[in-house]
Parts: sequence; structure tokens; C-alpha cells
Amino acid sequence: MSAAQKVVVARDPEVELRESGLTINHAKKTFTSAEGKEVHAIDDVSLAIHKGEFFILLGPSGCGKTTLLRSIAGLESLDAGEIYLGDQRIDPLPPYERPVNTVFQSYALFPHMTVAQNVAFGLEMEKKPKDEIAKTVQEMLDLVHLGEFGGHKPHQMSGGQQQRVALARSLAKRPKVLLLDESLSALDFKLRRQMQVELKRIQRETGITFIFVTHDQEEALSMGDRIAVFSKGRPEQVGTPEQIYNEPANRFVADFIGDINFFDAVKSGDGVITVEGVPFHVKQDISNLPDGAEICAAVRPERIELAAPDDTALQGTVETVVFMGADVRCHVRLSDGTLLLVRISPPFDTSVLYQGATVSVHVEAAHMRVVER
Amino acid sequence: MSNTTNPNIKSDKPPIGNDKTGTIAAETTTVVSKNATASKTSAPKETAWQHWFGSPHEVKPGLLHRAYAVPSIIIGLLFTLGPMCVIVAFSFMSRPDMGGGVKFQFSTDAYEKLLFRHDFFGNRFFDTRYLEVFGTSLWQALLTTVVCVALAFPIALWMSMKSAKTQQILVLLVTIPFWTNLLVRTYAWMLILNENGPINWAANLLGLGKQQLLYTSFASVIGLIYTFLPFAILPMYSALSGFDFRLVEAAYDLGARKLTVMRRVILRAAMPGVMSGVALCFIPAFGSYVQPVLLGGGRVLMVGNLIASQFAEARNWPFGAALSTVILAITLLGAFLATALGGRASRKAGMTL
Repeated sequence: MSAAQKVVVARDPEVELRESGLTINHAKKTFTSAEGKEVHAIDDVSLAIHKGEFFILLGPSGCGKTTLLRSIAGLESLDAGEIYLGDQRIDPLPPYERPVNTVFQSYALFPHMTVAQNVAFGLEMEKKPKDEIAKTVQEMLDLVHLGEFGGHKPHQMSGGQQQRVALARSLAKRPKVLLLDESLSALDFKLRRQMQVELKRIQRETGITFIFVTHDQEEALSMGDRIAVFSKGRPEQVGTPEQIYNEPANRFVADFIGDINFFDAVKSGDGVITVEGVPFHVKQDISNLPDGAEICAAVRPERIELAAPDDTALQGTVETVVFMGADVRCHVRLSDGTLLLVRISPPFDTSVLYQGATVSVHVEAAHMRVVER
Repeated sequence: MSNTTNPNIKSDKPPIGNDKTGTIAAETTTVVSKNATASKTSAPKETAWQHWFGSPHEVKPGLLHRAYAVPSIIIGLLFTLGPMCVIVAFSFMSRPDMGGGVKFQFSTDAYEKLLFRHDFFGNRFFDTRYLEVFGTSLWQALLTTVVCVALAFPIALWMSMKSAKTQQILVLLVTIPFWTNLLVRTYAWMLILNENGPINWAANLLGLGKQQLLYTSFASVIGLIYTFLPFAILPMYSALSGFDFRLVEAAYDLGARKLTVMRRVILRAAMPGVMSGVALCFIPAFGSYVQPVLLGGGRVLMVGNLIASQFAEARNWPFGAALSTVILAITLLGAFLATALGGRASRKAGMTL
């Protein structure tokens, strides 16, 4: 973490917003599908994105995240709602008047122009002097490590390189907000990892607000300062990666991010839930739920511990044990039929952990999240 | 390649597409080269036949040897270059004393006639009559081309933005005129444009009075535009149909306004099609025959009519051939200029000429 980023986090978000954060108020967008059905692509979305933040819109395909991004870019017009950049309302503006640029999923590089001409295009639109354009183009190409490639045509370059050209082309405009639409999804796994690190570096160095759309939760967790998890046109939860992972707001978020186990449970008292007759004292505030409410307890696989059979704990049978290198993944069947995924880091006790073994399942109550059933 | 397909190939074709492709390809080459005369003397050395028709690569499974293309190449050459050679040859021959045809005697009279005239006493004068015909043709062809391209671009763009199914229907609609003979369609235009045709009827209703439309150069150009519009639309459409409209969004996003997007992105992508369209309109319009005669009523003399009359009424075949050769030269020159002056896009179009 660089010092610059810490400063950004430390500043008052309200001040940031007034400076040039992006605010979305009650945005709505409805499409009519081919069958004549109305689809709420964006369903009353309100978001506040801070200045200099790496913000991620995460969700399954068709959840409206790309539509929202295109609305910010001006390529899609909202049915209702407003978008502000700082104090300036930008949603009525045409795309070419918004201080916002997009890196497209398909890169959308102009095939008849060289790499340098592509990067220069946006600057030529601003009628900048020629020598200044040339200087900025070189700076931007250097920033994405393509300084030598200015004379190449896009088709002569690899997917990863084209990706970086598209990035340089958008950054050259010095946008207040950079929008990235599934920008890494066309790259192979290794290149993707590299570009994730690269994007973080560029975002830190330029201090530009990044809004990044992805359906890949690992990508979201590893890159985002904050994440908005989308489903069916609205954000289910907005928070830091830690919050999203450790304190999912509801079942959808818990299920969408990473692996998770759900236990059927019942609220049995103040801060107490009962799973198969075993009480757990959860840390989460559940005072708003009535006693006897049927709920779910969500637990990450790495938060479960297995031990020798013990009458006071949950009982289960080990069904499979899979060695994964860094850890071991087991499936444990509880007596009520629930199948649990458990991830155990070495060292572990092989006398307890083998296929067909009866084990007791221990969960620290602090790591249990109560969500709706 | 599965075993089940191989017998099928064997049954009606020479043995290719086998697993031992290399050896079989070599066999085919030797068999073919034995038929050629040169191979006996220098067996290991490459023969002329092998040089031109032998493949440097192994024949791939499922492909025929290159020699199989020879008959169609010969027929193709005969049908394309053959008539042109005859015309160029005829243009350098003399006129027989009587009737049509040519006398096999070298002469440049035909080309001289293009620029000079001899009076009764045998003095030579510079003669602009035929140059004027070329000028009229050039002007009419240019006008036709400009109007066709200007009309075709928006149509092609609009077509390329429709759904795949609609595009198929639209292409079909564009090609509908080709279903009927050009002469018949031109006669239809005569009906539309004549004194009692629908246009004059409407003009009369509006109080404009009857206009002489038919048998004017205007009618001739209308006919040319009508005829060649599809030839401008189709190549432009084909250039634009593969166009990635996300590039337009990218250009907007980078701050370009509509006109700039049109000029720097869309038109750029359509350029090969525009150049092909220009070529496909200009060249046939330059030598057009039907429209100037039927719609222009013979008042507009164009090169096509001049040539026709040389072969028919005037019975001066060498002169007709010389006129054709000049058109050929002008067209080739235009293609070379387009290639030399234009960028890569027009070079592609230059190749299609």
C-alpha cells in the first residue's frame, strides 16, 4: 500500500465527494426484451464513489453492472435518476462532453490507425498542439510499458498489449473517472494476474478514479478498494473486500463471493442460534429477528475445524478428502444431510481425517454470519 | 482424418488425402511432369512445369494438387485477356478497301484519326470532335459515379446497421433490378420520363407544364445512375457489414462528435468499398451504350455509341478497336493512379479493378 492511498482513505469521504467523486442518485433503466418483457437493467441504484478510488462493480452476467457503466460513460441514457461528478451533473451530457473515459471489453482500437495514432485520437479531439500530443502519447505508452510500439498496428499486437493500448488511449485524456468494462476477461490467467497488478499500479500513480466491472469475484477482491455486489439491477452490498468477504449482508453476497457453507439454524435467544441442537453465540447483532426465526448460518470453509467425535458438537462423516497442495479440501456430511466444504491447512491429524471417519465439526461463533434462509 | 472418409475420397478422385500425403503428392507431381515434355532430360532438376504448377508444399489432405487448376486458368485467361488482345491487335491494323473487318497490315491510322482530320487535299488538321466525345463520356461517367456513391453510402451504412436477417432481405432488394434485363428496365424509364409519363403528369398537375425529359442528357444520366447504383451500394455494404460499431462508441467516448466519427472512423472503414464502388460505376458508365441511345435519344454521343457505330454503320473496325483501346488505357491509368495516390484502402480497391 502506498502512502498516497492511505491519505485518500483517511480523508473525509464527504469532502472527496464534493471535490470530484461520482454520485449516482436513483438511477433507473428498463429494457424491453425480445419477448416484449420489461427487464430492469438498473433498478433504482444509488451509489457514491469516492475520488481516487478503485471501485468494483461485481455481479453475475445480466445483473446490470455493464449498463450502469455505459450510463456513466453516456453510451446509454437513463430512464430516471441523476449522475453527478462532483457538483456537475453529467447524465444529460453527450459522451464526448463527459470527463469520463472507457476501456472497452473488446478494446475497440481503431484498426486503421497505429498504436500512437490511437492514443493520440482523443487528444486531437481536444485540439491540443501537435508537440504536446506527441509528448503525452509517449508518456502514456511508457506508462503501460509499450514505449517502443507506437508505430505498430493493433492487429500486430497480442491481446494483452492491445489491452494496454486501450488503457493508454483512455488515460491520455486524463479523465476524472476511468471506466473499465470486463477489461481483463479476454486475457489468459497469467496475463490477467499481471494486468491486475499493473492496473493497481497505474491507478495509484495517476490517482484517477477507476470503476471496474467484472464478474470474477477473485479479481474483485484482489483489486478493489471497495466493491458493489450487484444482482438483478441493484447493489446488494457495498463495502471493502474484507467486509464483503467476512460480513456478507445477505445470502446472495455470501454465496457469490468465494466458497461458503450454509447451516439451517433457528434463533433461540439473545445472540444465540441453534444448529441441530447445538447452540452458538454469534457476534453479529440479530436483535431485530424474533426468537424462533428460521435463519441460515453461513461459514467459510477455512473457518471450520474438524476433530475427534465429541457429543457436545455437531457430528458428521468425512466423504471425500482432496489434497490441493496448500491445503486439503474435505466434504463432510452432517447427520441432517447437509454437505459441508471444509478447507484445512496443514498440519492436520491423519488419524482423524480420512475418508469415512466420523468427526465433530467445530465453528467459532465469531465467524458465523446469520443470513436469511 | 477418420478411416471412414478415406475410401470415399479414393473412389472418385486420385489418391490424395491419405495419411502418407508426402509420398503421394510426390507421385502425382512426377506423373504430371512426365506428361510435360521437358522432364526427360533433367529429372532431378526442377522443370518449368514444376516451377509454375508444382506445389512447394505437400498436398494437404482433402485438397487437390495445384495442376488441377490449370484448365480453368486457361479458360479464364482466354475469356478475359483473349478479346482484349484481339481488340488491341485490330486497332493497329488497316481498314480493308470495302466493308468491315481488318486487313492484316500494320498501321496507326486509327489512332491518328482520333486526333487529326485530313481535308480533301490531304492536309492534316487537329480535330477535337472525338476528344469532345471522350469529354462528354468522362463528364457523364463522373457525374454518375459521384451521385451513385453519394446516394449509396448512407444506404449501405443504414443496411449494415440492421439485424442480420433484415440485412439479407435488404441485399436481396438491392439485387432485384438484376432479375430483369437492362433493356427492359431502360424502356420502363422511357415510359416514366416521356411526355405523357407519370412525372410530366404530376408536373402538369402542379402547374409546371410539360417538360421535355426524355431524349436529353439528363435522362441519360438518370438512366446511368439508376443502372449503377446497386454496383455502388453492394461493395460499400460489404465493407461496412463487418464494421465493428463499438468503434463508434469508442470514438464518441474519446471526445469525437458525429461528423468526426463519420469521417475518421466509419468512412475510413468503408473506404475499400467506396473505391470499389467508384470503379464499378465509373468504368462501365464511361463506356455505356444503352442509356445514351434509348434515354438520350442519340443526342448525347458517348464513346460507347461511337464505338458501336464504327463497327456497324461506319464499318471502320480498326478505329472502333482503337477507341476501345484508349478506354482501356484510361481505365488502367485511373486504377494505377488510385493505387499510387491512395492509401492501403484504395490499393485494395485497385486490385479489384
